[in-house]
Amino acid sequence: MDDLYREQIIDHYKNPRMRGTLEPHDYSYSDDNPVCGDHLRIDLRVDETGRITEAAFDGEGCAISQASADLLVESVVGKTLEEVKQLSKDDVLELLGIELGPVRLKCALLSLKVLKAGVYGLEELEEELV
Amino acid sequence: MKPTTTVLDVARIRESFPILQREVSPGVPLVYLDSAATSQRPVQVMQAIDEFYRKHNANIHRGVHRLAEEATEAYEAARGRIADFIGAASPREIVFVRNTTEAINLVARTWGEVNLGAGDVVLLTEMEHHSNLVPWQMLAAKLGFRLEFVPVDEQGLLDMDAYKELLGHGPKLVGFTHMSNVTGTINPAAEMTAMAHAAGAVVLVDGAQSVPHMPVDVQQIDADFLAFSGHKMLGPTGVGALYGRQELLEAMPPFLGGGDMIKRVSLEGFSTNEVPYKFEAGTPAIAEAVGLGAAVDFLSEIGMAAVHAHEQVMIAYALERLEEVPGLRVFGPAPELKGAVASFTFPGAHPHDIAQILDSVGVAVRAGHHCAMPLHQKFNIPATTRASFYIYNRIDEVDRLIEGLYKVREYFG
Repeated sequence: MDDLYREQIIDHYKNPRMRGTLEPHDYSYSDDNPVCGDHLRIDLRVDETGRITEAAFDGEGCAISQASADLLVESVVGKTLEEVKQLSKDDVLELLGIELGPVRLKCALLSLKVLKAGVYGLEELEEELV
Repeated sequence: MKPTTTVLDVARIRESFPILQREVSPGVPLVYLDSAATSQRPVQVMQAIDEFYRKHNANIHRGVHRLAEEATEAYEAARGRIADFIGAASPREIVFVRNTTEAINLVARTWGEVNLGAGDVVLLTEMEHHSNLVPWQMLAAKLGFRLEFVPVDEQGLLDMDAYKELLGHGPKLVGFTHMSNVTGTINPAAEMTAMAHAAGAVVLVDGAQSVPHMPVDVQQIDADFLAFSGHKMLGPTGVGALYGRQELLEAMPPFLGGGDMIKRVSLEGFSTNEVPYKFEAGTPAIAEAVGLGAAVDFLSEIGMAAVHAHEQVMIAYALERLEEVPGLRVFGPAPELKGAVASFTFPGAHPHDIAQILDSVGVAVRAGHHCAMPLHQKFNIPATTRASFYIYNRIDEVDRLIEGLYKVREYFG
């Protein structure tokens, strides 16, 4: 318990570094966790080499989902889209530094889901347009 | 002020619920405050199911052998006890279903299909559980009738003036929950059905929360349909009941087709069985129905007026203590207008986190929208944390909840 709500999680929940929206953006995606009504949006700006220069998240949810979003979004700045596609569940858990049961895992991974859906979704759309 | 007792001998009742003796983690006893989602089951219900399988198990109806006779008798006896429990005029007015959701879908897909069409109005309320909302939305999309909603005020009470006005639109059906699963609001069912009948509407009452927690008499409230689930009233999962006035049930087309719901079948067609069998296609949840019968016996022995009186003491004390917690906001009316359900928000803490921290001290509550998203939208909140009480909850368990909330405050305050 004390583990789950360790200082880092509470700090990123209460004082998020990356909260906001980017207008204009190169990538943006939103999704919900229907179980608890959490909502998350992630915006990215990307340079011509495909490297993320700016990132932001917005939404509402529990401490786990919001802290995970803040940590994840913070970690992708400077990464390429290709690198983002390689991110896994374990990378998010490593950022959070906690162990999670199956229910709370969904909270933690909403940010990864939104991030990846944004990156993949738009690229697929671009391919269709070519 | 902290009450010392309620009308119930809770210590004795708890002896029938072995699950309440368990610990959530070593040294942390369970405080189960999630009965509005599903209740626990007493050993009497488990024994009834066990005994049915050990001694009487067979398929029901049409069997000539001894076991089939006994199984049929047990199943029909349970129907009779449920009919008595809610004051139905006859057991034929009780249709066994899986749960409240199925009961409401049954009404929508049978009564609704033949009685509703383009230009008609179905009047619901803003406080409905999704189970009394989505079936009507689905049917409205198919048949083209209009849905209207009685508004809920800030206290979580229905706007009765608006109800009166909306009845002026001539709804064919009025559907409302007897007790909100979020605010605990007890709606004035008898008054509402009388007004609806005067306006010419058929009335469906969602009794999922009321039937387990207070005296409900279908003839007194004059409901045309009443839907409820077994698992919220000490019974097993997978069985519930739809009460329907006999003449309405008789005029309705069947629901699912198959065995048991027919009188005669040829390759070209079929004729339907009489009520309630017309609505019970296929082998039903026989042992579960028997278990529900035992649950009804258990509740009847305590008396539903006593159940309600106990819960009134519990909720009044719970609300009093919840109000002490700085910043905490409880949704719903004064305790005398509601059942033993307290949904609340806490500034800076998400319901999921609240529930998680409460779990760490053994307190089981629910977090989320409680299948009532429109009501949460009305209150302009995404989710709440809900504590709900039943016959086996002790007064000091309210204190455990409050202690847990102070722990939440340490983290998130």
